[in-house]
Amino acid sequence: MKRRSTFLMIVLGFGFAFFYIPILSMIVYSFNASRLATVWGGFSTKWYVSLLSNDKVIDALFLSLKIAVISATVATILGTMAGIALARFTKFRGRVLFSGLVTAPLIMPEVITGISSLIFFILMADWVGWPGARGFSTITLAHITFSMVFVTTIVQARMIQSDRAIEEAAMDLGSRPWQVMFDITLPVISPAIMSGWLLAFTISLDDVVITSFTTGPGSTTLPLLIWSKVKLGVTPDINALATLMVLTVGAGVVAAGIIMTRAERRRLADERMAFRNND
Amino acid sequence: MEEPFLRIEGVSKSFGVFQAVKDVSLTVGKGEIFALLGGSGCGKTTLLRMLAGFEEPTAGKIFLDGRDMSGVPPWERPVHMMFQSYAIFPHMTVEANVGYGLKHEKAMSKADRAARVAEMLDLVQLTPFAKRKPHQISGGQRQRVALARALARQPKLLLLDEPLAALDKKLREHTQFELMSIQERTGVTFIVVTHDQEEAMTLADRIAVMDKGEVKQIGSPTEIYEFPNSRFVAGFIGSVNSFEATVIGRERPHLRLSVPGLGGEVLARDVPAAVEGQKVTLAVRPEKILLGKERSASANSFQGHVKDLAYFGKDSLYRVALPDALVQAHAVNARRGDEGARVADWNDDVWLSFEPASAIVLVG
Amino acid sequence: MSTEGFSRWFDRKGWVGLVIGLPYVWLVVLFLLPFLIVLAMSVATNTPTAPPFSFGGEHPWINLGAYERIATDGLYVRAFLTSIFNAFVSAMLCLLIGYPMALGLTRVSKSWRNILLMLVILPFWTSFLLRVYAWMGLMGKNSWFNGLLTDAWNFLVPIDWAVKSIPMMNSNFAVVLVMVYTYLPFMILPLYASLERLDPNLDEAAMDLGSRPAQVFRDVTLPQSLPGIIAGGMLVFIPAAGELVIPTLVGNASQPMIGRLISDEFSQARDWPMAAAIAVALLVLMVVPTMIYSHYQAKAEGSK
Repeated sequence: MKRRSTFLMIVLGFGFAFFYIPILSMIVYSFNASRLATVWGGFSTKWYVSLLSNDKVIDALFLSLKIAVISATVATILGTMAGIALARFTKFRGRVLFSGLVTAPLIMPEVITGISSLIFFILMADWVGWPGARGFSTITLAHITFSMVFVTTIVQARMIQSDRAIEEAAMDLGSRPWQVMFDITLPVISPAIMSGWLLAFTISLDDVVITSFTTGPGSTTLPLLIWSKVKLGVTPDINALATLMVLTVGAGVVAAGIIMTRAERRRLADERMAFRNND
Repeated sequence: MEEPFLRIEGVSKSFGVFQAVKDVSLTVGKGEIFALLGGSGCGKTTLLRMLAGFEEPTAGKIFLDGRDMSGVPPWERPVHMMFQSYAIFPHMTVEANVGYGLKHEKAMSKADRAARVAEMLDLVQLTPFAKRKPHQISGGQRQRVALARALARQPKLLLLDEPLAALDKKLREHTQFELMSIQERTGVTFIVVTHDQEEAMTLADRIAVMDKGEVKQIGSPTEIYEFPNSRFVAGFIGSVNSFEATVIGRERPHLRLSVPGLGGEVLARDVPAAVEGQKVTLAVRPEKILLGKERSASANSFQGHVKDLAYFGKDSLYRVALPDALVQAHAVNARRGDEGARVADWNDDVWLSFEPASAIVLVG
Repeated sequence: MSTEGFSRWFDRKGWVGLVIGLPYVWLVVLFLLPFLIVLAMSVATNTPTAPPFSFGGEHPWINLGAYERIATDGLYVRAFLTSIFNAFVSAMLCLLIGYPMALGLTRVSKSWRNILLMLVILPFWTSFLLRVYAWMGLMGKNSWFNGLLTDAWNFLVPIDWAVKSIPMMNSNFAVVLVMVYTYLPFMILPLYASLERLDPNLDEAAMDLGSRPAQVFRDVTLPQSLPGIIAGGMLVFIPAAGELVIPTLVGNASQPMIGRLISDEFSQARDWPMAAAIAVALLVLMVVPTMIYSHYQAKAEGSK
């Protein structure tokens, strides 16, 4: 089993160093007292102080969170519907186009999605007078559109895996299809729906390209703010911001990992118990 | 004539060009355990799904208790099903699973429902596991949850799709008898789909043997085993020696056949359909063949020598070479001892014989 | 079994219409329609109006000028070649680094494996922009990393070749390096998934029949992981070819990639038909790798 492991383990070690050295370096330099972001000038937390007292950053963060929560929620509802439709309704008119429409945004370069959304919004404003001004609403619409297909992919995969018989069983026991949907189907796929929401939320929170095309004056999300600063070069307050974001996300992922490991361990224990009282 | 409890009348089902069920007609009486037996793809599951209402027949009708079931959706049928995978709702407790169907009984009070769930759990001996989640119970317990859930609403008809297939061999035998006793106590009509002939023979009052979407034979387990009506049924249920034969003449109550494979003539049980000179198949079950060192008094006796033998402990299987056939014979090892236990050994010359009543003539 | 039944029953209450219709209409209006507009835009004529295009009221209604320029103008041809080259090299490097890493992941103990997998996925959840930014810090002239590399270089080469710092930023090298960094998980995860499924008995059977470990790898492991390799390669190639953020931040402005070109034509040159035509050309370029990807993806999943 452990063949060639020395070589593989060395590559693995270098690989993880490659993954994490840039991030660690960024974290270390966020505590750099020097204004020159890449030259070490002693330890300081002043960049954190200036960051947290910067209203622009705080406003951008809240705008990003607002857009991410709303777009992830709408995208989850629409994406779940599309996933259920594709997994369960095998025959309907326009199914081929529909399944194309839920895959295309996954591989469409963001530049193209961004530009086509922008052109669409500009022309719509010209033709029907809506949207009057670009900003929060146009960003949210664009985010919903390209993140819903990720939800669809996750939900569809989960639906295909799940045992169709449990839905039939519920119907057999007297439930109408819509009741089956709420009693059985949705509860059973709820973990997939939750990961879909989380993914949509993260995608929205992280997006630069599409947001930069669909935004308007006064609507600066956090990635847009970082983007405009980073284009000019490395600055110490971005290091501090990056550190805060990486640590927040890292803590979240580690916590989720621990919870999942615990749940897995409990499930295994349950299964052993079930095996013991097997009659 | 009194209307039967369940009547399936000329039912066919096609999926595109594939005909899954071809013109099936049969009746099932109230309180019966009826088995649909056949290999995979024989149409038995499709027939079951049409009874449950998941599929509409392409042609034909199903009457349950005199009511035409055409177009009645599954949730309105007084028919419940125990799924092959059990289809236990994974997010509900055992108790909630069993009580799920009862929430549609609008006339029932909450207390009545709880009482009914308790009664059902008691019936399948799962009361201590009421609060458990499905992943916390064993496969055998899950099977009983599925049974209790399907019985809770007191269906007129219970459909069981391969009820024992997911259980291991030891549990299967025990569960078979439990199913029969529960059926007796509740009086619900059972229709069991199975590919396992032993399961069908033990459980069912009557069996319908299916092949390629058609019903080949309907009858009690004894009828199906002792009087198969076709080569398919004879071969599907148990093992059988079959030989090409020609009808020579009728000697009531027997038929005289010429069987070149055995190198002689055979007296067999008469079948009305056979006519003189007709090519038929002669079928003899291995356990009906007697093996001896001496020629017996039986009408059908043939000499051969033992080519192969397999010792199973309580019995042995012999493969005996005759002039133009290899015949399988089962013999019980009644005597004790290491050498004497066997009737014969490799290459021994032996005599095979069977009663005319055990010789089945299959026409077509 | 048949699934027509399910939708048949739903139809009674119009539920099918709602469940399919809502996301369908949404995608048609906000995804398909904008794309069709871009498609039409690519054959329009650039005008100094607002918005800066017109579908000629006179001849020619269809203006293929933009496509003509893409095929003949060196700037656009070079941009396409640069994009394909960078994306291809990135995919190759990801494979070279990712394959042993994925194989290594299948060889560590189960508890370690979960932790390491989490560490592979973790960067996914952190900001893409900040991961690019982290490398800007490392590659800069005064950074400790650049200093380290410079020292190593000066130690190895003759004294005349010595440099004060290595010019890494604003080059194709920087673009490829950062693309490898950000897209490596896309390679490792499908590879790991396809390698993990392999039956270890096959390795043992091959060794039992006299193969040395290197031969086992060549004859057994590698051929079976081919769908994973191709799926992972396409998963890196496709987004890399259309990348905008990385070339803008660390790339060489005089050697733009397609993504940057589209954005520049649109926002700076205000030549919308040209931007649209490049976008359409980029999509055409992506059709082939996408089809290869979905073919091998289906294969990789089919072999479960």
